[in-house]
Amino acid sequence: MVDLTINTDVARQILTGFIRSEVTRAGFSRAVIGLSGGIDSALSCALAVDALGKENVLAVRMPYRSSSPDSLAHAELLIKQLEIPSKTIEITNMVEPFFALDPNITQLRKGNVMARERMIVLYDQSEVFKGLVIGTSNKTEILLGYSTQWGDSASAINPIGDLYKAQVRQLSRAMHIPTVIIDKAPSADLWDGQTDEGELGFTYEQADQLLYLLVDQRYSLQECVDAGFDKQFVNQIINRVRRTQFKRMLPPIAKLSNRTVGYDFLYLRDWGT
Amino acid sequence: MKLHLALAQIATKLGDVESNLEKHIDYIKRAKSNKADLLVFPELSLTGYVLQDIVASVAHRPTEDDPVFKHLLKASHDLDLVIGFVDEDERHRFFIASAYLSGGKVVHVHHKVYLPTYGLFDEGRFFAWGDSIRSFDTRFGRVGLLICEDFWHASPPYLLWLDGADLMIFSSASPGRGLNDKEKLDSARWVERVNKAYASMFTSFVAHCNRVGFEDGLLFWGGATVNDPNGDLVAQGPYFEEALTFAELDLNQLRRTRARLPLLRDERTALVQKELDRILARGRSNH
Repeated sequence: MVDLTINTDVARQILTGFIRSEVTRAGFSRAVIGLSGGIDSALSCALAVDALGKENVLAVRMPYRSSSPDSLAHAELLIKQLEIPSKTIEITNMVEPFFALDPNITQLRKGNVMARERMIVLYDQSEVFKGLVIGTSNKTEILLGYSTQWGDSASAINPIGDLYKAQVRQLSRAMHIPTVIIDKAPSADLWDGQTDEGELGFTYEQADQLLYLLVDQRYSLQECVDAGFDKQFVNQIINRVRRTQFKRMLPPIAKLSNRTVGYDFLYLRDWGT
Repeated sequence: MKLHLALAQIATKLGDVESNLEKHIDYIKRAKSNKADLLVFPELSLTGYVLQDIVASVAHRPTEDDPVFKHLLKASHDLDLVIGFVDEDERHRFFIASAYLSGGKVVHVHHKVYLPTYGLFDEGRFFAWGDSIRSFDTRFGRVGLLICEDFWHASPPYLLWLDGADLMIFSSASPGRGLNDKEKLDSARWVERVNKAYASMFTSFVAHCNRVGFEDGLLFWGGATVNDPNGDLVAQGPYFEEALTFAELDLNQLRRTRARLPLLRDERTALVQKELDRILARGRSNH
């Protein structure tokens, strides 16, 4: 077993510093977070509160009619604990007319539409609350590409994108996120009974361990097999990471001129600040 | 003889030289009021680190008529200064540079000789490689300057040592990385370890000033250190936050340590040269 334990004091200090610095340098003092009731958004939210103060973080709950009541309740639990302003904006009436346009719409398409509708709501609330949208994708799901592009993956800054799922759990415990949120099965809650691990076909623990060796430690396929991983599983993960690279990038621009955005027009976001 | 050293681990504005200069002046005033003799700023302290396409627009020459350096040179009448900046030569090559200023004069300019271009680093894409490693005389004895990756390689500190430096001044913009279960980031542990090792092996003072603050997702970890010729930590700045760290260096320690431990006296430079010649002749080294 690979030890993914992190020093949570150091992580907390760096991540809250990051949120404070990157929000204020963009000219803001507030943040908006879509609170799903799950662990990732709970952690991002708690970090943002640490960084910006409780009055400066707006939690937005965006249920669909089939969303699990637990999701709403767990989000509520955190909102109460952190004493932060919140809004509940149901997306049912926004997405159902769209679903009705095509009787053949699949569950996957519906899931994507809901994820993108939530993005629309969040970015609208960003303008209302004058706060930046804080990302809630962890390293495991980013590497697996387990997200809806421009949907749940959309944000202004992401404090938890370099933490594997196990590390998200560890830091969440250190930050006193309610245990019920930490311990429940991760789910996008896009349809009844959906769980991440059921859909992916493997556990986050397996994925964390293997991704750490492949990505952080640069192990080859054979070295992963020698370390005890099933060859088919390793291949599956390697292919998945490769296949979903597009989700981790901005769209490539076809180069014509001598200076092209994305290739040789290179500036950080913090340029001039 | 005592040297009152001050290390300014500052955060910078990316590409905003004017604003960074103001911060320098402010720290210089604070160091001066604390009776510092020498104040060290981090790598690229006037410009910020991940400059990319900003490089050409923030370059300066360390001369009296330069709009930035004229202020710093003036300030160097009160105390000696080490400044991090982008140096542009007459033929418009851009270097990551450190300048040692004293008494209104530029005493020495070091151009970074190792430009990391791997992992998260891309310096070789934007900067020219420095091609000299020289110690120089100051009112506190002979000093050597290195910048970040320069001292990740063992040869530059070794050359400074042979060239007479008893005080090595390292400046960095080191992004924090390698979080695990320990209290220190991997990058901090590594840098602290080699700083202590150089001080011990070269029986010299080694001061390190690393910047703080974020640039996008990169956090610079600070943690300025001074190690004495015994390899003992004399002073350390905090991690992650701006600070002005003071250290009183008892320069007589050089004599006491080297009387006990004559590593410098016994260093067999001719042997080193002979073996280097042989190794290079066989083409076993890089370049």
